[in-house]
Amino acid sequence: MENLLNALVLLSNFVLIPAIAYGAQLALGALGVTLIYAVLRFSNFAHGDTMAFGTAIVILFTWWLQGQGIGLGPLPTALLALPVGILAAILLLLVTDRWVYRFYRARRSPPVVLVMASVGVMFIYNAITRFIIGTGDQRFEDGARFALKVGDFKALTGLDQGLAIRTSQIITIVVMVVVVSAVFWFLQRTRTGKAMRAYSDNEDLALLSGINPDRVVMITWILVAILATIAGTLYGLDKSFRPFTYFQLLLPIFAAAIVGGIGQPFGAIAGGFVIAISEVVVTYAYKGFLTYLVPESWAPAGLVQMLGTDYKFAVSFIILVIVLLVRPTGIFRGRVI
Amino acid sequence: MNRLLLATAASVLIAGTASAQDPVNVGIILGFTGPLESITPGMAESAEFAFAEVNESGVLGAPLNPVRADSTCVDAAAATAAAERLITAENVAAILGADCSGVTIAIANSVAVPNGVVMVSPSATSPALSTIDDNGFFFRVAPSDARQGEVIADVLKDRGLDNFAITYTNNDYGKGLADAIAAAIAAAGGTVAIVAAHEDGKGDYSAEVAALQASGAEHLIVAGYVDQGGVGITQAALDTGAFESFIFPDGMYGQSLIDSIGEDINGKVIGTLPGVEGEGADTFAALASGAGMDPTGTYVPESYDAAALIALSMAAAGGPDRTGIRDKLLDVANAPGEPILAGELAKGLELAAAGTDIDYQGATGVELIGPGEAKGSYRVYEIQDNAPVTIEYR
Repeated sequence: MENLLNALVLLSNFVLIPAIAYGAQLALGALGVTLIYAVLRFSNFAHGDTMAFGTAIVILFTWWLQGQGIGLGPLPTALLALPVGILAAILLLLVTDRWVYRFYRARRSPPVVLVMASVGVMFIYNAITRFIIGTGDQRFEDGARFALKVGDFKALTGLDQGLAIRTSQIITIVVMVVVVSAVFWFLQRTRTGKAMRAYSDNEDLALLSGINPDRVVMITWILVAILATIAGTLYGLDKSFRPFTYFQLLLPIFAAAIVGGIGQPFGAIAGGFVIAISEVVVTYAYKGFLTYLVPESWAPAGLVQMLGTDYKFAVSFIILVIVLLVRPTGIFRGRVI
Repeated sequence: MNRLLLATAASVLIAGTASAQDPVNVGIILGFTGPLESITPGMAESAEFAFAEVNESGVLGAPLNPVRADSTCVDAAAATAAAERLITAENVAAILGADCSGVTIAIANSVAVPNGVVMVSPSATSPALSTIDDNGFFFRVAPSDARQGEVIADVLKDRGLDNFAITYTNNDYGKGLADAIAAAIAAAGGTVAIVAAHEDGKGDYSAEVAALQASGAEHLIVAGYVDQGGVGITQAALDTGAFESFIFPDGMYGQSLIDSIGEDINGKVIGTLPGVEGEGADTFAALASGAGMDPTGTYVPESYDAAALIALSMAAAGGPDRTGIRDKLLDVANAPGEPILAGELAKGLELAAAGTDIDYQGATGVELIGPGEAKGSYRVYEIQDNAPVTIEYR
């Protein structure tokens, strides 16, 4: 019995908890990508760098707050700075839309032109973020680092294996649930949300029924800015902030959106967790876990690892390829791209 | 302020003698950007400090003019292009550098050796550099990591520790060092449960740490960089409680790691880095502190010695002759001869210029063995009260 508990705690500590927190961050990112795809009909490659930009502003404002001695006690000060980062991201996205995307929208350019434009925008955001905050690692986490420490858990339960839960992991999951519920409520219940869905379903019909397209586009960018900044800040709090890692996040985020069914908000959430959990599950070494479960003489000598950790990013690629081959519309029947 | 004065003094000196003779350029190629960017400024300052001391003595006639270039530490193409520029555009007499083993190998093989320019690296430690085909042009005042592996294995054996996991940064330096440590531990009768690479510059290292932990090892040896994956691995290992005991080779020495991880790290680290005690080291520490530098910074004394060796060989060779520098370097570095410590460069230069045999000891007790690399003495430290505390020298 104790062996079984030890095995479960070991798995939770190294696989489940990190995977769930990472999944929540991917889900928020993928939700932003999927919203842009649904309403504006293109894959926004600048999304990772939108996250980096919003987070950079949050970090700067967090430092200022810390300098002023303002904090949230055990919670990270960054939560207080979030609105400022969100406002900056909204401004950036709306200005970009005004100067770049609106031009192509007015001409009804094919989606691939918008995608290429977003690649250009990505490089510009890239440069802006590095110009503002530099290329290096930035730390902005404060407050209590742990909600549950390994040592405390061991003393509490008397088990050999410890369990650590970081404050940032709890915040990530709570914030993700709140934000996702709010977005779904907005899309399903409010007039503006319904207008967005109508515009997404059939642009011409929506225009005929008097929906103002400029307003729908604006609301979409605002939602995307909120989601991107929150996702980026949570990722930075939980892991670390470095502009380049946000650029790299683009792949798992797109994989999540496509696996879930692009254009489907529910799919983005499911996809985020599928990608995150498989990345961690496939690269975990199960030696310790199995040693607890099987009789001593059966204990594995090797690491029992399916793929080396170097291949973590490859896992999202593999899943992406399999989904596109077997079920191109994704889990929740999104659009085929 | 002192540094500014020194720089001003040096430039006045250069300006003063320039009319007599044109300055001789000497390249300093270090990773001013990239994974070692937090320690390279200290190294370059230390080297420039030595060149300033040389110029002050006036023995060489033409003053030495250090020219900085960026090795990036990781990008071999950028590093060779920078070295190419030093040799063709700046016409340097010798090159101090590079810092990281991978780019050092690249520069030596494709630029320095073909052009017949001496390279003296203060910090490249890969065992692979002992066997490159360098035509005698490559030297290093840092010891090969094969030696560091032995020192680490000895320290761990003396403390009665066993059962290790090794993680290394995935490049020439990390791989060479990890192999050397694993071989030395095995030779000393210890166990290495797993040797696994990690990539630098990632946001999250929990998967890497999970694999290391699953091996069942008790102590983690992190052959990484202090500004890169190494600190991420350490943080993740502490957070998840995977390891409570760490061994840090030279690349992991730095206050930035302690500042970023905080109190959790205290009492959990044994580290090694090249270093000596003795009169030369003390004199250098006093001189460097006086000039506003941190003499305990990684490879700071080695950089001073590398610069001094270049200048002394130049004096012995009778001028900035590239091949002459190569031929004289081992003579001035090793016994027999008059021992020269840090701060005594003027005396050393005069003796060398007069053709007297000298034995440069410098700040690190320089003695070059085999293919022109330092024999190596290491400082063993622990992290206590948020600072590295020196335990012993080996």
